[in-house]
Amino acid sequence: MKGFWAIYLREILIIWHRLPRMLLSFSVSPTLYLVAFGFGLGKHLQVGGRPYLEFLIPGLVAASSMTQGFGINVEINVARFYLKVFEEFQAAPISNAAYVLGETLSGVTRALLSVSVILLITSLAGVSFSFGPAFWLGVILNAFVFAALGVTSAMIIKSHADQALVTNFIITPMAFLGGTFFPIENMPPLVQIILKALPLTHATRLIRQAAYGEGLRWESLFILVLLALASLFLAYHSVDRARD
Amino acid sequence: MDAVRVENLTKRYGRLEALRGISFRIAPGSLFALLGPNGAGKTTTIRILCGLTRPTSGRAFFYEVDVFASPVKAKKMAGLVPQTINLDMELTVAENLLIHGLLFGLSRKEIARRSQELLRFADLLERKNHRVRTLSGGMRRRVLIIRALLHRPRILFLDEPTVGLDPHIRRKLWGLIKMIQQQGTTILLTTHYIEEAEFLADRVAFIDEGRLIIEDTPGALIGRLGEFAVDIVREKGLETKYFRSRKEAESFALTFTKRAETVTIRRVSLEDAFVHFTGRKV
Repeated sequence: MKGFWAIYLREILIIWHRLPRMLLSFSVSPTLYLVAFGFGLGKHLQVGGRPYLEFLIPGLVAASSMTQGFGINVEINVARFYLKVFEEFQAAPISNAAYVLGETLSGVTRALLSVSVILLITSLAGVSFSFGPAFWLGVILNAFVFAALGVTSAMIIKSHADQALVTNFIITPMAFLGGTFFPIENMPPLVQIILKALPLTHATRLIRQAAYGEGLRWESLFILVLLALASLFLAYHSVDRARD
Repeated sequence: MDAVRVENLTKRYGRLEALRGISFRIAPGSLFALLGPNGAGKTTTIRILCGLTRPTSGRAFFYEVDVFASPVKAKKMAGLVPQTINLDMELTVAENLLIHGLLFGLSRKEIARRSQELLRFADLLERKNHRVRTLSGGMRRRVLIIRALLHRPRILFLDEPTVGLDPHIRRKLWGLIKMIQQQGTTILLTTHYIEEAEFLADRVAFIDEGRLIIEDTPGALIGRLGEFAVDIVREKGLETKYFRSRKEAESFALTFTKRAETVTIRRVSLEDAFVHFTGRKV
């Protein structure tokens, strides 16, 4: 696993150099969602006997940990196609596993930062949740799954433009349909079957139940652990495909 | 034992044959130059040897270590200075060196000590904590070279190290490369600058369209043509004849004195050898 720390540290140094603007950028989307859907649209709405804002925030946490975790693909693309730093990793005596773990954990770190920003903003709005180990386990697992998938997609695409297609067709729809903004139980039965197959749906359920202080949702946890292993496997085997 | 041994290396991209069975050996501590025009296969050769590109077939060894069967062991022995500057622009010079050192398994203490030594060697000590994006092209190129040297590679691959640089910066880098070689590092250099190969290399291989045409010392390659050349500029173009001595060249040139052609006598260069053996200009 030599080299894992080098890969991870590089991403952390980049985050460190950009921290103020990064935190500012992390705060834009959640603030907009909170204002538009939380305070604007859902001020008088209730979901499952709770104010809509309490339903929305765990969903935003899940969606944000997904997008920021998956967002590591942008950094990898820049390193691969623009800066060519990826060639430095290819020429180094490190294993694919070290590379994948380094990048995936830096995706998780970015996700944790973005979630912290959301929680800070929502605490200002006077909403409080239970932030026990189950909550953070859900956030980390969700970010891990999508960061590993981000590494996979960054390895198999052939240009920076292809990456936008993956985000537009997979990540953005999932952010809206994975139980973030509305309970999927409100959808027709057939659609529910499809939405329950989305990884984000399970992450949202796990995070929401933990945030409500209702304990661990074992079924979702089990599915996310399986998905984390599968995405790690995919990422590991995708690294060699980046060599021409 | 050879520092580098390449046997029948080929690389195909679909129908395009980038390398068509290249073989060569490099003696320890020597500087070997692959000289050829753009698209000849120089960079592909280096990329394959450094693990960035998969070969289609062939074998390669660094000090008898099979490069393709034991890539991690082979990579530890190699340092790569790529053609494109692949430094992290947002990080400082010291941070770039730190990441490289950790990738090659050096301790933080060793990285700090070695970075200091190399930054001094490359006259970059004052720029240690500057972000790479603030450095000039020549400085970035020097950072790239010392980064490749940080883990004390036994073999250094320099892919067009002076491309696009001003002549005086190029000369400065030549001095740096010579000093690295004098410290015992084996160097494989690719270039399309004839004078660079002539100045730096112990042995030169001409490469063209994925084939290695001929390989020898610069002096021997030039010597195969002669010592003096006579250029005759006619309406249909330039013609060059080679001679063993100045006397032979002069007597040949004198036959043109009463005609309209422009005739020049000069020493044979490595460029003459390249044109002669490959049939084209670099």
